[in-house]
Amino acid sequence: MTNHWIDYRNSDVFMNIGGNTAENHPISMKWIEKARETRGAKLIVVDPRITRTAAVADLYVPIRPGTNIAYLGGLINYVLENELYHKEYVLSYTNAAYLVSEEYDFDEETGLFSGIQDDPDRNAKKYDRSSWSYQTDSAGNPLKDPSLENPQCVFQLMKKFYAKYTLDTVSKITGCPKDILEESYRLYASTGKPGKAGNILYAMGITQFTHGSQNVRACAIVQLLLGNMGIPGGGVNAQRGQSNVQGSTDMAILYHIIPGYLSAPKAASHPTLADYIEKETPAPPCWWSNKPKYLISMLKAFWGEHATADNDFCYDYLPKLDHRDHSHIGLYKYMGEGEIKGLICWADNPAVTGPSAAAKRSYQSKLDWLVSVDIFENETASFWKKEAGANPKEIQTEVFLLPATASFEREGTKANSGRWIQWQWKAQDAPGECKADLQIAYELFKKLQELYAADPNATFPDPITKLKWDYEGEDGRVDIAKVCKEINGYTVADGQYVTNFVGLKDDGSTACGNWLFSGYYNNDENPACQSRIKETEGIGSNLGWSFAWPLNRRIVYNRCSADLQGNPWNPELQVFWWDEEGKLVKNLDIPDWPGAWSFEEAARFPYIMLPEGQARFFSNGMVDGPFPAHFEPAESPVPNLLYPKATFNPVSQRWYEGHLAETEEERSKYPYIMSTYRITEHYQSGIMTRNMPWLNETMPELFIEISEELAIELNIKNGETVLVESKRLLKNGEQKSIKAKACVTKRLKPMTVNGKQVHVVGMPFHWGYCGMRKGAITNDLSPSVGDANTTIPESKAFLCNIRKVG
Amino acid sequence: MKATKLIDTTKCIGCRACQVACKQWNQLPAEDTEFTGDYENPPRFSPVTWTKIVFREQEDENGNVRWLFAKHGCVHCTDAACIKVCPANAISHTEYGTVKIDPRRCIGCNYCAANCTFNVIGFDRAANVARKCTLCYDRITNGLIPACAKTCPTGAISFGERREMIAQAEKRLEELKKAGNVKARIYGLEELDGLGVMYVLGDAPSSYGLPENPRVSTAAQIWNVIFKPVRAVMVLAMIFALWVNKSESSKVK
Repeated sequence: MTNHWIDYRNSDVFMNIGGNTAENHPISMKWIEKARETRGAKLIVVDPRITRTAAVADLYVPIRPGTNIAYLGGLINYVLENELYHKEYVLSYTNAAYLVSEEYDFDEETGLFSGIQDDPDRNAKKYDRSSWSYQTDSAGNPLKDPSLENPQCVFQLMKKFYAKYTLDTVSKITGCPKDILEESYRLYASTGKPGKAGNILYAMGITQFTHGSQNVRACAIVQLLLGNMGIPGGGVNAQRGQSNVQGSTDMAILYHIIPGYLSAPKAASHPTLADYIEKETPAPPCWWSNKPKYLISMLKAFWGEHATADNDFCYDYLPKLDHRDHSHIGLYKYMGEGEIKGLICWADNPAVTGPSAAAKRSYQSKLDWLVSVDIFENETASFWKKEAGANPKEIQTEVFLLPATASFEREGTKANSGRWIQWQWKAQDAPGECKADLQIAYELFKKLQELYAADPNATFPDPITKLKWDYEGEDGRVDIAKVCKEINGYTVADGQYVTNFVGLKDDGSTACGNWLFSGYYNNDENPACQSRIKETEGIGSNLGWSFAWPLNRRIVYNRCSADLQGNPWNPELQVFWWDEEGKLVKNLDIPDWPGAWSFEEAARFPYIMLPEGQARFFSNGMVDGPFPAHFEPAESPVPNLLYPKATFNPVSQRWYEGHLAETEEERSKYPYIMSTYRITEHYQSGIMTRNMPWLNETMPELFIEISEELAIELNIKNGETVLVESKRLLKNGEQKSIKAKACVTKRLKPMTVNGKQVHVVGMPFHWGYCGMRKGAITNDLSPSVGDANTTIPESKAFLCNIRKVG
Repeated sequence: MKATKLIDTTKCIGCRACQVACKQWNQLPAEDTEFTGDYENPPRFSPVTWTKIVFREQEDENGNVRWLFAKHGCVHCTDAACIKVCPANAISHTEYGTVKIDPRRCIGCNYCAANCTFNVIGFDRAANVARKCTLCYDRITNGLIPACAKTCPTGAISFGERREMIAQAEKRLEELKKAGNVKARIYGLEELDGLGVMYVLGDAPSSYGLPENPRVSTAAQIWNVIFKPVRAVMVLAMIFALWVNKSESSKVK
């Protein structure tokens, strides 16, 4: 999130798009309610289905799954056409005025931008992004047209790009009636008025598409146009679906980053530290100009005394990426091909939550060993059992179960969606031999070090044997305070905590495991992450409650909460006060600019993480286009109305042959659009909640939501068992299916898409063959195809068929 | 103190945290349920299910669909049918005005469950007693608010002194009316001489599965009139029996 949960109370209009706040983040509804109560705020819910969030919305906007860009593109066009954008903001804080290279182009037939190339390795296309650039003067500075009239300026290009996204066209694509569409646009665009705050909150219903990252970009464009970034009550707010998933991303759970969102080094382009620094470090004042300090301090945290200037601080020890995609889909593909021999599944149950899960389970039999760390035996660990449909005799994989702790049985921090890193104290001891994750990690790596040190034939053991792993406490167990210190950072010479990342150096004199967290634990007595001071008055920042990265800042880009002269857009939600000399005299949040800057300087560079310092409507940062363009999902019952020759996102990798229902004949076999989701009563793969009788009582079985109209068509009665099929369960001409109970509901309606009626159905994915309540695995149906930038699987829109039993 | 729980259905998101919190605090075992076509479960009140969220789908003539949620459970009537019909005087009003079943006195006749205006009393056949929401009598007598109110994430459930709750409900009603909700109303102010569980409703009570005009059934009224004097005799007889029993036990000692 750019903002935070409590800041929801400052919003005037919420757009909950591709998220289900009431069901999946129920506690946050408190703050939405507060905004409605105190500010008369309105809640718009954009969703294919009337969810529990839509049920309490002021305006419900039904759209077909996978058409978010059409919907948001329509909003962008509406705002531009009717001049409802925040003019001063757009001119001051964005790249609207920048002139784009004459080489840039877009083909409206194919939906392709300039620079398109074949990418046979990935069975897809890729872009040479050089034409998606600014025109520059001789010194390399971007050329601008503050009048915004130059046809090559970003503003005009954007206007032209979205001119096709008219109410009529968007209505035809999304299936949303025109009047509702327009009402939602009018309501949300009302936040373009200076002093009003619009809040876009989303979740997996935005990201889990082959064009998911571009969905997020479209949200960002809307927010920039309306001046909703960097202000209280505004923001692009990703509501994370697990209590510490923000923290795990911050700590580099994703393969393409290392801690603190630094790019993972690539073998081809970053063979040496010098290469990495040269290619990855922009010029100041862009904050990433500090990147070498963060990387080298991280290397010092990793390899301690072994990391010296002479050996590039052990940069060689860092694993380097090859050209391949090592995200979940890739990982399992390579596993299926026999390339991966061992797997540690840590609090993860991909046999239920991964796409095309049935196939994935079969790939696991290619492993020599599998370690599952969980609080219950889960489906991934039991993939070899009869209940999983496997023949145990045929599977040689050795499986180890390591009993872990539930969250209240251990101490440590959790970073929430609002980037607040909060300490959680242990409430009770774990049963039996269960161990905290940190203890398991600590012992596991200690053993690895021993084994590597003892093996004379070990290949390249140094990165492991020399890794600094000195977290042992007095009782022989891991001392979490030592780990926190390492993450926070300290000066090497005297072991003193660094106050925050401003104190980090690129000469090896400081060590810091994750620069973004620096400051969260910078003393032993009262670390910020353990601080619990509630705000009594203010804008909800609660600066004394825990620590938010970066630097305890609650709203990022917050210079944009005021105009160029420093006057707040909304005086009631003023964040900063300056005196006549331009000196900051009062602040209700941590400024998002260096302390030495005047408010004028800060205003010139409010988006400090970007080289140009101003927010991008037009961006070369995405692999699949400088503007978000509407593409259909990989499996769609209808052609692309805007770009007739386009398929689904051309840059998205085609992983498996014959995996998708793409031909006319196949589409007719699987005519319904499936969207998968979670419900309040269960959590993720369900392995925790399906072992909890009280929760099983409330939601006992897997179900499929279908409209009354489709139920009549298929002669399905409410509550009866039906069979659900997809192309993923078609093996050697034999169509398999999964079973679910029918939930026939008024909350889903057939949609009219370009004159054609389409049915949308939906299923939660919380069941499997382990635990106290069992059920079919919904993800057996979903395709292994993902977003072009992140490879997050497309679980929110694919095709299926439904049959009555018998 | 007259205590009241206020349920604001306009803030309820149907998350069912209250339902689970009730089970947890009161250590009520889970029921073995099935998915029967909608989100509501368990299907009915029982000795181990004292509260649940009722889900209602509605469609108007223009095709606008609404999904309404309301927490159901004992509403602790002032004019309570269960108290009227109980032949053993096992059900009474507490000092908070809430309705309490004394399991030691309950004779397992099931009349209370059969006559309950809201159908929220469960009958435990094994123990031969009736059970229902106590409004967390054990919590409120120790200065805590009921478990459901404590857990509700949106503030849809409040608990406090009746006059305060009425004032809160009236304030909320005003807000809702101002926002254009003409159907909003308070439920439980006058109904059955006042309900210990009051509602702010966004629509007619029947939309939330609540009776429009809750009444103690005629049968229960008649029962009350006919058996009231007899009941007094029964109680006297019981006290006598206990006294005899006690004397007998003393003798044995």
